[in-house]
Amino acid sequence: MKELLVFIKKEFKHVFRDPRTLLIMFGLPVAQIVLFGFALTSEVKNIDILIADNSKDMISTQITDKIKASRYFIIQEKNIGGTDIDRAFKRGGVQSVLIFPANFSNDLSHEGKAQVQIIADGTDPNTAKTIVNYLTAIIGAYQQEKFPTASLRYQILTEPRMLYNEEDNGSMNFIPGVMALILMLVCTALTSVSIVKEKELGTMEILLVSPFKPVMVLVSKAVPYFILSLINFTLILLLSVFLLHIDIKGSILLLYMESALFILTCLSLGLMISNATNAQQTALLISMMGMMLPTIIFTGFIFPLENMPWVLRTISNIVPSKWYFLIIKSVMLKGLGLQYVWKETLILMVMTAVLLTIAIKKFKIRLQ
Amino acid sequence: MRNLGFLLQKEFRQIFRDKTILAMILALPIIQLMILPWAMNLNIKNINLSIVDNDHSSYSQQLITKIGSSGYFRIISADRSYKEALEHIENGSSDLIMELPSGFERNLVREGKQTIGISVDAINGSKASIGGAYLASVISDFNANLAINEIKVPDYNTKPTGFMEITFSNWYNPLAEYKYFFVPGVLVLLLTMIGGFMTALNIVREKEVGTIEQINVTPIKKWEFILGKLIPFWIIGMIVFTIGLLVIWAVYGITSLGSLPLLYVVAGTYMIALLGFGLLVSTFCESQVQAMFVAFFFILIFILMSGLFTAVQSMPAWARIISGFTPVSHFIKIMRMIMLKGSGFSDILTELGYILTFALVLNALAIWNYRKTS
Repeated sequence: MKELLVFIKKEFKHVFRDPRTLLIMFGLPVAQIVLFGFALTSEVKNIDILIADNSKDMISTQITDKIKASRYFIIQEKNIGGTDIDRAFKRGGVQSVLIFPANFSNDLSHEGKAQVQIIADGTDPNTAKTIVNYLTAIIGAYQQEKFPTASLRYQILTEPRMLYNEEDNGSMNFIPGVMALILMLVCTALTSVSIVKEKELGTMEILLVSPFKPVMVLVSKAVPYFILSLINFTLILLLSVFLLHIDIKGSILLLYMESALFILTCLSLGLMISNATNAQQTALLISMMGMMLPTIIFTGFIFPLENMPWVLRTISNIVPSKWYFLIIKSVMLKGLGLQYVWKETLILMVMTAVLLTIAIKKFKIRLQ
Repeated sequence: MRNLGFLLQKEFRQIFRDKTILAMILALPIIQLMILPWAMNLNIKNINLSIVDNDHSSYSQQLITKIGSSGYFRIISADRSYKEALEHIENGSSDLIMELPSGFERNLVREGKQTIGISVDAINGSKASIGGAYLASVISDFNANLAINEIKVPDYNTKPTGFMEITFSNWYNPLAEYKYFFVPGVLVLLLTMIGGFMTALNIVREKEVGTIEQINVTPIKKWEFILGKLIPFWIIGMIVFTIGLLVIWAVYGITSLGSLPLLYVVAGTYMIALLGFGLLVSTFCESQVQAMFVAFFFILIFILMSGLFTAVQSMPAWARIISGFTPVSHFIKIMRMIMLKGSGFSDILTELGYILTFALVLNALAIWNYRKTS
């Protein structure tokens, strides 16, 4: 036991000797969380729209004003001929065009109906869909106000309620996902270089000839990073609460236990990578370049997992951050207890055990 | 010039010597390009819905049947109370609750108006909020087709007035398929990771291992050394880009609508900018771990703020400025313009200008910051 403490002390010294690396390893991820918390949003806003008003009557002008008044659109210019639309889309400054035909209000009053046409740039399907929804709602509301007889006599209205997020705080959607993502990538990368670095520098031999048990080498490598990651997690949590205004609804203790477990899972994954590779470059390329995109996607905070083809859904099950994402959403934002997340917790535990076992099995105590 | 030839020879030998890294540079991006875009789909289906029907009238039954047959929803439970339904949201088995108040049908017929409550699990990201919008549109469709609404205004002689019919079309992607939007962006990203990570690691490795000193004591000039590092990775990048385009064509059936040479011109310029970025990172860092973490920091910002996943224009103003300072956002924009819309040289001129500026500035900084003495 005393030996272990000495080794842990050695590892701590390694970490603290290089303050620049320390700052880079822990400062940058924290900055990222804040940045993404504020910047990312799934709402579609500031849509550039061209209004081709070939009628220029009272009604088309009023509708244009309504669109201008909504916070979703930026009206660019008002005159455009039919063939120019393609050019405008190709130049990229415009995402949708709303066309009022000539004699729009004449048709409305004499024929009883008239057409408006929406053309959206379909290269971004999500924005295109949202544009159509927004415009339909705006025009529908205008129609109801102006021509009540044209609208339905019996109306079913819907009243949406945003559970857990009544103030519609946009950060709430992304923070848990970004937390899971960054903790996972950073913690894995931290330990993924630890063993392989000693191999590369040749200091591994010195450790191996000591009477110290090889498994303990792994443990002593992981301990400093585990403690530092927990401190890092605390910092992230404080920033989310005070800067991004997220209230933690559930038990802090449970949140810490789960996060500690998740950090452990990632550190074990890193150790496994470190033991399986021969160069820092390879280890870092696997833990960062190889894992970055899959982690972003399979955590499930951008694309809903249920939507994916079953093969990919199955793959997503082996990504630890997916489970951690589910846990912190439930514990931090919904305020639920362990009885709701025991399954996810169990999965993370099993993952950690398996990864650690492989890491230890792969740990070569002989030199080639 | 002769020196440069030798340096290139050295670099290529080093790259080809380490087969694992070479395989990783080529295989990682290609495998990811083949698999990941299938997961990128915001066409939401299978939204789990809990229904609390307090009315049990023929209208409420009709509405529920209609929702069930719309194809978007899976009605996972019919609960007796809101509290019971909330339980399903809490344990994650449900995304939405629709609560039909008692007297739903009676109020609708007598007063002409009735409100339905929809509760959305608002921290469940896009799925629940999009699901809420779908549900509202199914309900409004149900509303429009209600039998009582079919009976026209009592006075049959007057024609209905003021009915605005809205038609819409999606150009360039009429079926609104997400692959067209995401696949070109993913290729850009993978290229970015190779360019950014590889160059940053490469030079720092020479520092860490100490071989850079051997180069520093030779009469090799700064620019020769840097070009010697840039050219091999530029070539690898362009090879990956070419394979990527082939994969996109073979797997997703997407070919470029616009000019292919133009695409290569942009990709080539972009690679230079990116390699400059990697070099700059490497001149600031002392160890591979530092370089990797710094590169990781920037590349994650590149990925999440470039407009690949969430639209840039919806971000706050300051975030849009940051996004403008990432070369990736411009390249993704150009890729989509050329490949999907067939934009020409004059259309992408401004964006290409940005990338060119990045290429010049980043490389100039890297050369300026590279020290032969430590």
